[in-house]
Amino acid sequence: MTASAVPDLTYAFDIPSERPWSRVLKKGQTLRIIDSEGQQAVDALLYCAGDLTERYSSQDTMRVQGSAYIELGTRLISNRGRVMAKITSDSCGRHDTSAGCCSCESNAVRFGEATKYQHACRENFILELSKHGLTKRDIVSNLNFFMNVPIDPSGNFTVVDGISAPGNHVDATAEMDVLFVISNCPQVNNPCNGFNPTPIRVEIRDAPGM
Amino acid sequence: MAQTQAQIAENRRRYEELRAAGQELTPKRLPELTALDGAPIPANAVIHRETVPHGWYTTLLLRRGEALRIVDDTGQASVSVLAWREEDTSERINCADTIKVQWSAAISKGRVIFSDMGRAVFSLIEDSCGAHDLLVGGSTPASVIAATGASGRNTHENFLAAVSKIGLDVRDISPCITFFAPVGLDDAGRFLWQEGRKRAGDFVDLRAEMNLIVVASNCKHPLNPQPLAGGSATLIKHRVPLATREDLCRTASPEAMRAFDFTDRLYA
Repeated sequence: MTASAVPDLTYAFDIPSERPWSRVLKKGQTLRIIDSEGQQAVDALLYCAGDLTERYSSQDTMRVQGSAYIELGTRLISNRGRVMAKITSDSCGRHDTSAGCCSCESNAVRFGEATKYQHACRENFILELSKHGLTKRDIVSNLNFFMNVPIDPSGNFTVVDGISAPGNHVDATAEMDVLFVISNCPQVNNPCNGFNPTPIRVEIRDAPGM
Repeated sequence: MAQTQAQIAENRRRYEELRAAGQELTPKRLPELTALDGAPIPANAVIHRETVPHGWYTTLLLRRGEALRIVDDTGQASVSVLAWREEDTSERINCADTIKVQWSAAISKGRVIFSDMGRAVFSLIEDSCGAHDLLVGGSTPASVIAATGASGRNTHENFLAAVSKIGLDVRDISPCITFFAPVGLDDAGRFLWQEGRKRAGDFVDLRAEMNLIVVASNCKHPLNPQPLAGGSATLIKHRVPLATREDLCRTASPEAMRAFDFTDRLYA
């Protein structure tokens, strides 16, 4: 990617596989999340930076949109009904917000008790949120960028192979100052990461998405 | 830690096996819906009965060995439910895990509502309706104004008021389950209101698998296209036997069996 294609780049960071990250986006700034190697789910939570009790709400986001998947143009809605951010660019085309994040406890019940002792997104979220005075209580139902979870008309709900190719990106432009929290998903028991977690990259710039 | 090809192949094999069990075998094991006049509650099992008017909410304790019957009195009610474990309210219902672990967003009789800790919160032991929503959630101040042109009572504010009265706050309001809310999806993922899947007298029985604080809000579902829909809901708390090892909900899937085992450890 040439420098001119990324105007106003103010921050960039490669998040290693299985690791969390967080940063405050100022209103108008755009966070680009890049699936560096492809097929990597990125779990995300948003909180209003000025009042952390206002946070992302998956149910309100789906209700306002009238549909279940996160895509270009989706407005990410808070528990107070306000727009926190918008998806302003998307080269992948499929993201989820109904499957939640993996946890040691849900892994144990889904895949057997041996998987309880594997790193999980909720461990990442708890550690990252602790830097901001938040706890497990504050982990709401999250976004899953690059995660492919079709829900068919019969209700069947399946995490299937991701469709994101290496270098695919999604841009979220902040509509208020937001604390953006990421867990680069460590899950190895389902196809959300191609069974093999990999690094991702985040970039922040002052312009909206392209 | 990078996975080896052998690990990847083994994990994929297990995932496919679980998916086949969850989406092909489990649905065949689920019981038929309850008849509208089925499953009468013995008079001596009733602990408490309460009618919640349209637009209102109530809070109750529900212990193991008890179930909550929720009745859609007129066929126009939708009842949104939150629940927390009484001994540690940081444990609460988790709609995402409920859907994901059971491989289905269509939760009906025979299914289990999971907590965020991989345990069983409720079993849906009776259900005459079979059409409940875990994705869209309850009404909000804005959704009521959009539907009716005026502000009015809504589930979001009901939940705020209810949690405030039990020492909890907005941080404890998780995504909710709404009973008698026939929300479907089309192939593109757009939500549809499936009129005709609600009848006067439809009911569910939620058996508590852990000791719970339960909040129920009776407001028109935001996708219900009739702007003035709404009716009372009757809640009946009653005594039921604990789940046996052979219980239908417990044995519906390997995932449910594990959830019950993990829950039993809390009370062993």
